[in-house]
Amino acid sequence: MISVHEKSKIMTGDEAAAYGAKLSKVKVVSAYPITPQTVIVEKIADMISNNEMDAKFIEVESEHSAMASIMASELTGVRSFTASSSQGILYMHEMLHWVAGLRLPALMSVVNRAIGPPWNIWADQSDTINQRDTGWMQIYCESNQEALDSIIFGYKIAENRNVLLPLMNMLDAFTLSHTSEPVTLRDEEISADYLGDLKLEFSVNTDRPMGYGSLVAPEGPFMEMKKDMRDSMYGARDVIKNETKKFNETFNATLPGLVENFMMEDADYALITMGAMSSTAKYTVRKLRREGKKVGLIRLFFYRPFPDEEILQAVRDLKGVGIVERSVSFGQMGALYEDVASSLFGRIDVPAKDYVVGIGGRDIRVEDYEKMFEGLLKENNGIEWVNTGGR
Amino acid sequence: MVLAPVANVPSANIKTSSWRDSKPVIDYDKCTRCGICWKFCPDVAIDLVASQDLHAPNERFAKLEAPVINYDHCKGCGICATECPFDAIEMVREEAIE
Repeated sequence: MISVHEKSKIMTGDEAAAYGAKLSKVKVVSAYPITPQTVIVEKIADMISNNEMDAKFIEVESEHSAMASIMASELTGVRSFTASSSQGILYMHEMLHWVAGLRLPALMSVVNRAIGPPWNIWADQSDTINQRDTGWMQIYCESNQEALDSIIFGYKIAENRNVLLPLMNMLDAFTLSHTSEPVTLRDEEISADYLGDLKLEFSVNTDRPMGYGSLVAPEGPFMEMKKDMRDSMYGARDVIKNETKKFNETFNATLPGLVENFMMEDADYALITMGAMSSTAKYTVRKLRREGKKVGLIRLFFYRPFPDEEILQAVRDLKGVGIVERSVSFGQMGALYEDVASSLFGRIDVPAKDYVVGIGGRDIRVEDYEKMFEGLLKENNGIEWVNTGGR
Repeated sequence: MVLAPVANVPSANIKTSSWRDSKPVIDYDKCTRCGICWKFCPDVAIDLVASQDLHAPNERFAKLEAPVINYDHCKGCGICATECPFDAIEMVREEAIE
């Protein structure tokens, strides 16, 4: 079902995210500016003031307040959106727990930016990997098209009555946020039909006052509520798989679902990546395949819920797998490595190596990926920082 | 459907009086109805009420809305007693605590 109203435009990832919010008929946007996210909310503010978008824009004094405003508006049953980066995400950490804990299906676009000190505005994913236990679902985009599509798709998943958890979709700083490429703008009517209106069964209603997030004793049901969040997040994996098919049919789109397997049939060695760096990885895989090497790539689209079963199936017959992570964890292996390892532990025994790449926007080059594949042949465990030193 | 942290009991129905070890008592003979205690109360536990029955320093003040403490929600923080410019609020030890 391709509409004549669909059209392609050249746009940055930030603009694509703004159009994603517009096409999702978001009614409240509350945000505080931070590079490299600012363009998203500037574009939205433009569209609202030009009457291209029917929404209320709330200017706030901090990211903490931006998330608090979103919590309040979602609680009244109104689809709401915000965007942020880096220190801004860290500052709203408390409110991220509140939005998820109140089971509000809000959506936030995050432009992944390194965490200071020292100051650095370039790409790495530490800011959102830090938020993995907040109860928010996490999508890492590879292209500007995915940045737009994953917002419409994201609301569909988040608002599913058996999920009801917020979702953040990630764009790597500058690589996506400020780089232009063709993006298909989805048809407005089809998007509206696909998403429908937000119907929250427990929204605030002055005729029927209720307590929201009030004190709960140890006897319950506090623990049960946290378990319910965990079960809903886990169960969201099936919702995502089903909805991916529907979304791709409705929009003639190519969302990958939980993971994308690239040239994985008959592969002996593979890397696992997330986000925009996957494109360079795919280029390298094609290059090595032309040289007769049996390599492949597993790209995680969703990081939360974690696609453990998909990874297990993809790496089952490999001789080695490299986990490529663009985030820092101190005192243990990287977060992504630990998630992959726990998915495989006690089930299959595949040698796995942890690669830390691209921290603070450090370039991730084809030669780096080639070295990572070569590294899998040599020493098949441990952690290695790629493209460091010599400066 | 999910298990959301939403209770059918509004927070106004939850009594917090047992949190208190002393309670504010207003001396209406001193109270000018200025409303400063009402503004400062962090728990919205003071209402302004039109009442002819309460004492007042004079007839003019008696016509104004007077502060009345809601002892179901007052946690006894004492801010009202500290802020009252006329020393019209005294904190009295709760007997049950003694």
